Amino acid sequence: MTPENNATVRGTAVRRPIEHFVADFDETPLHATDKVKEDHVPLSLWGEAWRNLRRQPLFLLSAFLIFVVIVVCLFPGLFSQIDPTSEACQLANSDGVPAGGHPLGYTQQGCDVFARVIYGTRSSVTVGLFTTIGVVIFGGIMGALAGYYGGWVDAVLARINDIFFALPLILGAIVMMQLPVFRTNRNVWSLVLILIIFGWPQISRITRGAVIEVRNADFVTAARSLGVSRFRSLMRHVLPNSLAPIIVVATISLGTFIVAESTLSFLGIGLPPSVMSWGNDIQSAQASLRSNPMPLIYPAIALSITVLSFIMLGDALRDALDPKARKR
Amino acid sequence: MRFSRTSKALGMMAIAALALTGCGGGGATSGSTNAAGNSSKVILADGSEPQRPLMPADTNEVGGGKVIELMFAGLVSYDPSGKPVNELAESIEGKDAQHYTIKLKKDQKFTNGEAITAKTFVDSWNFGAAAKNAQLSGAFFESIKGYDEASAEGSKVETMSGLKVVDDLTFTVELKQPESDWPLRLGYSAFVPVPSGALKDPKGFGEKPVGNGPYKMADGGWQHNVQIQLVPNPEYNGPRKAKNAGVTFKIFQNDDAAYQDLLSNNLDVLQTIPTSALKNFKSDLGDRTIDKPYAGNQTIALPEYLPEWSGEAGKLRRQAISMAMNREEITKVIFNGARKPAKDFTAPVLDGYSDSIKGSENLNFDAAKAKDLWAKADAIQKWDANKTFTIAYNADKGGHKAWVEAVVNQLKNNLGIKVEGKPYATFKEARNDATAKTLTGSIRAGWQADYPSLYNFLGPIYKTGAGSNDAQYANPEFDKAISDGLKASSVSEGNAAMNKAQEILLQDLPAIPLWYQVSQGGWSDQVTNVDYAWNGVPLYYNITGK
Amino acid sequence: MAWYILRRFLQLVPVFLGATLLVYFLVFSLPGDPIVALFGDKPVNEAVAAQLRAQYNLDQPFWIQYLLYLKSIFTFDLGLDFTGREIATVLGEVFPVTARLAVMALIFEAVFGIVFGLIAGLRKGKLFDATVLVASLIVIGIPIFVLGFLLQFFIGVQLGWAKPTVSSAATVQDLILPAMVLGLGSFAYVLRLTRTSVIENMSADYVRTATAKGLSRGRVVRVHILRNSLIPVVTFLGADLGSLMGGAIVTEGIFNVPGVGNRLYRAVTSGEGPTVVSIVTVLVLIYCVSNLLVDLLYAWLDPRIRYDS
Repeated sequence: MTPENNATVRGTAVRRPIEHFVADFDETPLHATDKVKEDHVPLSLWGEAWRNLRRQPLFLLSAFLIFVVIVVCLFPGLFSQIDPTSEACQLANSDGVPAGGHPLGYTQQGCDVFARVIYGTRSSVTVGLFTTIGVVIFGGIMGALAGYYGGWVDAVLARINDIFFALPLILGAIVMMQLPVFRTNRNVWSLVLILIIFGWPQISRITRGAVIEVRNADFVTAARSLGVSRFRSLMRHVLPNSLAPIIVVATISLGTFIVAESTLSFLGIGLPPSVMSWGNDIQSAQASLRSNPMPLIYPAIALSITVLSFIMLGDALRDALDPKARKR
Repeated sequence: MRFSRTSKALGMMAIAALALTGCGGGGATSGSTNAAGNSSKVILADGSEPQRPLMPADTNEVGGGKVIELMFAGLVSYDPSGKPVNELAESIEGKDAQHYTIKLKKDQKFTNGEAITAKTFVDSWNFGAAAKNAQLSGAFFESIKGYDEASAEGSKVETMSGLKVVDDLTFTVELKQPESDWPLRLGYSAFVPVPSGALKDPKGFGEKPVGNGPYKMADGGWQHNVQIQLVPNPEYNGPRKAKNAGVTFKIFQNDDAAYQDLLSNNLDVLQTIPTSALKNFKSDLGDRTIDKPYAGNQTIALPEYLPEWSGEAGKLRRQAISMAMNREEITKVIFNGARKPAKDFTAPVLDGYSDSIKGSENLNFDAAKAKDLWAKADAIQKWDANKTFTIAYNADKGGHKAWVEAVVNQLKNNLGIKVEGKPYATFKEARNDATAKTLTGSIRAGWQADYPSLYNFLGPIYKTGAGSNDAQYANPEFDKAISDGLKASSVSEGNAAMNKAQEILLQDLPAIPLWYQVSQGGWSDQVTNVDYAWNGVPLYYNITGK
Repeated sequence: MAWYILRRFLQLVPVFLGATLLVYFLVFSLPGDPIVALFGDKPVNEAVAAQLRAQYNLDQPFWIQYLLYLKSIFTFDLGLDFTGREIATVLGEVFPVTARLAVMALIFEAVFGIVFGLIAGLRKGKLFDATVLVASLIVIGIPIFVLGFLLQFFIGVQLGWAKPTVSSAATVQDLILPAMVLGLGSFAYVLRLTRTSVIENMSADYVRTATAKGLSRGRVVRVHILRNSLIPVVTFLGADLGSLMGGAIVTEGIFNVPGVGNRLYRAVTSGEGPTVVSIVTVLVLIYCVSNLLVDLLYAWLDPRIRYDS
C-alpha cells in the first residue's frame, strides 16, 4: 500500500516537503526482495499455515502418531487377537505375568492388559478429543467475545464464567449422571457433555486474557483504521494472534480430560465399569498398585503417547500460525 | 496438665491391671502376648467424623458408634466373643420372653456426678423412642409396648407404656410380643443411659457428651474432622476398664491414608486394612496383624417386584446365579482372605450358627448345575438375550467395584448372559432406589450385626414388610418360622427355629449370600495386646503401649 | 481505575445470587433423600425422617428452601450441618487450611513452571526442552490419585522425609507434600504456557530492538521476554487459584487434609445442601476477586491494556 493511500484514509494530507536523496527504485537491493509475484493469488492465513506445516518434521511425526491412534480406535481388532468385549476375564489368571499371546500380562481380574489397552483407546480418545473440541469451541467463543468487546459483554460473560468455574465438578457430575437421559444410558457421550459443561470456563478465561492482550496491538488498530469491521478484525486479526495459549491449554487438556475420566471413576461417577477405557483401567489397577503396577503403567503410557502427539501437533500448528516466526 | 492426667491414670491402671489379669483374654485369638504392657500410652486409632451429634440413640454408624461404645456403659456389654456380660445390670429376668424385670447395680454415676437410677434408664429410652426427638436409632425400642404410640408421626405421647419404674434400682419392661432374644439387644448403644442434661439440650450434649463408660471426652476433645480425644474415666469399674492412658480417634477420609500413617507410626491401630494393601500388609507389618471373623456378611439382593426374578422361574434363576459364582476364588483372589465364603444368611461368630443348614448346597459353586437351572427357568419364562443383568453398588465408599467386577465376569463365563456392574455415585442414591422400589436389577447389600443374635440377620431384612427388606421378599411361611423362633422359651431353642427359617430362605434366595466379613487389621510397633471384638471393632480399652 | 474496581465489586451481587441459586438447584436435584441415607442400611423410621426433614427445611418446595437459605445468609445464621454444628464455624475451620494449601501449591507451580518453561523456551528443541516435555507428560498421564499415593508412599513412608498425612494443625510444613502433588496437575500447563509464550516473544520486534540496543542477555530475558510472556501464565494462575481451593477433593483425601475439598465431598455425597452452597458461594467470591486481580495485573504487565473507556 502506498503512503498516499494511507494519508487519505487518515484524512490529513502530508504537506511537509521531503527533500533528501532517494535512490532510484530499480537500484535498491530492496527491489528484489519486495518484488511481489502479482500473478500469484496470496494465500489465506490458514493456507499459509498449511504450507508451513507440511514441511515440519514435528508435524509429520505427530500426524503419523495420531493417525495410528485413530486407526486403533476404529479397528481395535486389527491389533489384538483377543476381543475383551466378548471374552470375559478369568480370575484364575489374576495378576498373571506376560506369556505367549499376552505380552503385557494380566490385571487383578485376570483380564489381558494388552487387549484392554487396545480396546480402551476408543473411549478414552473419544472423551479426550471431543471434550477438547467442545470446550475450545464453546469456551473460545465466550472468552473471545468477553475479551474483545469488553464493557457489559465482558461483565456478563466473565461473571457467568466465574460462576461455572466455582461449581464443583463432582456436584455437577452427580446431578447430571442421574438425569433420566444419562441414567439409563451412561456412556462416553454423557461424560463428554459433562466435561464440556464444567471444563469450558478455563479455556474461556485463557482466550479472554489472550484477546485482551492482542486487541490493543498496533496491527489491530491498523486494521480497524482501514475500516475493517469489529467482528471481522476479531476473526481475522485478533483470534489468529491469540491462538498460542489456547492451543497449549487445549492440547494439555486433552490429556487431562482422559485422566479426568479416571478420577471420576475413582470417585464413582465416571464411565460404568463395563466400558473399557484407559481411565477405568488405571483406576482399577490402583488397588493393586504395589503388588502389580504394570496394569496401571501401560494404559498410562498409551495415554502419554496420545497426549504427546497432540502436544507436538499443537506446537507445530502454533509455529505455523505465528507470523513472526514464519520463515521464507 | 498432661502430666497430672497421665500420672493419675498410671496409678489407676496399676490397680486395674492387677484386677484384670485373672479374667482377661476370654476367647481372644490375637497374636499378642498377655503381658501387662505400658498403660501410660495414648492409643492413636482411626475413626471417621460422626454423622450426627454424639447422642447414643441418634448414632447408627461406625464413626460415632466407636466413640459412644467407649464413653457409655449400658445394662450389659458384649465380651470379645459376643456374649453379654453385665455392666450396670445386677440382673435381667424374664419369665415368658415378654415381661422382664431389670435390677441395677448400686451407686452408679455419670462422670458429672449424676446418679444412674431406674428412672434414668426409663427416661433415656423414652427419649430415644419419642418421635418428636427424632433419634435415628429410635426403632431399636420398637419391641417395647407403647412404642407405636410414642413414635407415631406428630405424636404427643412421650413415654412408652411398657416401661415402669419400680424403685430406684428396679424397672420392668413389657414387650409387644414374646421375644426370647430381647435381652441380647441391650448391649447396643441405643440402650445406654444418658444424663438428664442430655434430654434437655441434646444438641449441646452431642458436642460434649457425658457418659459413664470406660472413657470420657477430653476437654475440647472433639476437634471436628480432625480427631476425637478420649481419656480414661477413673470412676468406671465395669468389665471394660481402660488399660491405656486414652484413645484418640484420628479422623480419616480414606483408609489408604490411614494405612500410610500406620506404616510410619503416626497411627497405632488401623481397624481395616484398605484393599490396596491387602497383598502387602503382612509383609509390611509382620506379626502385627489380625485375621478374625466378625458378625457381618455381604449379599446381593434380587428384588422380587421385577418380573424376571419372581415366581418359579425367578427362584430357579436366583439359584442358578448363586451356583454360578465361585465364592472361594473371589475371596482368595480379590480379598486375599479378608472374607470367608458364606454358608448361610447369618455369620459364624454368632451363637447358634451352623454351616450345614439344609439347602446350603445352593451356595456352592457348580457351573454345570447353574446352567441347567437357568435353562429350566428359560423353559418357564424366556430370558431376553439382549437383557443385561446388573449388580448395583455404591461407589463412594466400601471398595465394592473389584468384587462386583469379579462376580460379573464369573456370571458371564458360567451362564453366558450379559452382566454389568452398575455404580451409584453415592450411597444415598442407592438407598433411595432400594427403599422406593425402583431398582432395575440386583443390588449389593451388607449387614453388620447390631447385637449378637441370628434374628438380627433375618427378621429386619427378610420379614414381610421389614424396613431393610430391599428384595421386597414376602413369604408367610418364613414369617411364621421367625416368630416361632422369637416365642421360644430359651435362646438355644430359638436358634434352632431360626435355622429352620433359614432353610426356607436358602431355597427362595431373596438375596444371595456371598461371604462373611473378616476383620483384617494391623497395628504399629508402639502398641501390644490388640484384639478385636465380635463385631469387628478393636477392643480399644485393652490395648497397651509396649 | 477506582471506578473500574468499584464496578467489578458491584458485579459481585448478581454473581452471588446466580451462583447460590444454581448451586442450590443442583444440590436440590441431587439423587436420593439425604435423610433416608442417614439411616444407612437400617430401616427408615418415617416419623423421625419427617421430623428431620422439617428441621432442615427439606420438606419445602425448592423456591421456599432457597429463599429461606438466602434469609439465613442475610441474618448471618447459616444454620446447622447434620453433625449439629454451625455451618459458619465449619467454613471458618476449613477455608484457612485449604487457603494455605492452595497458595503453597500455586507458588510451587508458578515458580517451577515459569523457571523451567523459560529455560525450555530459550533452548527450544534442545535436551532440556525435551526432558521437561517428558517430565510434564508423566504428570499429565498419571492421575493425581496415583501420583499422590506414590509420593506419599515413597517420600512419606519409605524415606520418612515428611509425614504421610497432615497433622491436626495442618501446618505449612505438613502441607509441603500435598501442595506439591496438588500443584503438579497445573505445573504442566504453566510450564508449556510459559515456554510457548517465550518462544513467541523471542522473535518479537521489541526483543530484537533490545538486543540490537546492546542490552545484556539477562536484561533482555527478564524485562523484555519474561514480562511480556506472563499474560497467559498469569491468566492461568489466577483461574487456577480458585480451582485449587475447591478442586482439591482427591489430594485432600489422600493426605487427609481437613480442608474445603474434604468437607465439600462429604457434604455433596450426603446431600447437605446449605453446607455445599455456603462453601461454593465463598469459592465464587474468591474466583471473582482473583479474576479482578488478574485483570489489574494485565494492565501492569502490558501498559497498552486499559479498562477505563
